[in-house]
Amino acid sequence: MTSTNSYDLSLPVKGRCFVTAGQAASKIKRTLETFNLPPKLVRCAAICAYEAEMNIVTHACRGQVGLRVTEKAIRIVAEDEGPGIQDVDLAMKEGYSTASQEIREMGFGAGMGLPNIKRCADELIIDTYPNKGTRVEIIIHLQTNGG
Amino acid sequence: MLLNELIQIPELKFTVKAGHEQLDRAIEGAYASDLLSHVMARAREGNIWVTIQAHQNIVAVATLLNLAGIVIAGGIEPQADTLHKAEEEGVPIISTPLPAFQVIGRLYALGIGAEADHGQTELAQS
Ligand SMILES: Nc1ncnc2c1ncn2[C@@H]1O[C@H](COP(=O)(O)OP(=O)(O)O)[C@@H](O)[C@H]1O
Ligand SMILES: [Mg+2]
Repeated sequence: MTSTNSYDLSLPVKGRCFVTAGQAASKIKRTLETFNLPPKLVRCAAICAYEAEMNIVTHACRGQVGLRVTEKAIRIVAEDEGPGIQDVDLAMKEGYSTASQEIREMGFGAGMGLPNIKRCADELIIDTYPNKGTRVEIIIHLQTNGG
Repeated sequence: MLLNELIQIPELKFTVKAGHEQLDRAIEGAYASDLLSHVMARAREGNIWVTIQAHQNIVAVATLLNLAGIVIAGGIEPQADTLHKAEEEGVPIISTPLPAFQVIGRLYALGIGAEADHGQTELAQS
């Protein structure tokens, strides 16, 4: 890659489908492994992609997860059509979840997805619109001076 | 220790259900939880993961984190689609009739996972 070059990928995500759940994150991780990136950052990106994807699966109707890799950063954008997040500050709290009992029994809905993303990302931007959907943008810097 | 060596220890009562080809992996520590986000946050590469979750989504967690394998405790049979996915992804799935507590205790006694921190200190501060 050169500074003018970037790599882009966009993967669809089905809401409520636990058969295809995790496929977008897995593809993103496999893609990142083909670049010569520090393993720690690949791990961070995999965690972010997975949690963002699972939030579409568990809380929204449908969406997509996009990946952009440049010389400077890994950028993951998860966009969905869904209910939106009512209270983003509350949603960011560890342990807060509106997931159903059924979903919790599968081990999802620990209320740690967004906090996990926050911990791994250098930048996290959440835009959400009630009854329309949510856009979660995650940036992981590749240059050490960028954090 | 290699996964291969571990499955031969009689008191663990391990049966390999998928990923026979990947048993030459070295186990580096262990993690136990049934909450997938806890595992995503705290399990480390090379860990063996003890859980009672048996549905197919555990396979993606293991591949995303490069875990050594998954032990499904409590005599819970992994679902057919879990095993299918695990074969596809090359993730060892091991079942045992032992309750999770006993599996974890026996692994710990073998020296597995005793040294791990899993970022607890860092998490406690955040
Ligand atoms: N894409 C989304 N659409 C709607 N609500 C969401 C979305 N992502 C997160 N939320 C809300 O934020 C809460 C916290 O999310 P998270 O930290 O990932 O925990 P969990 O997914 O385990 O509930 C969710 O329970 C849900 O109410
Ligand atoms: Mg979540």
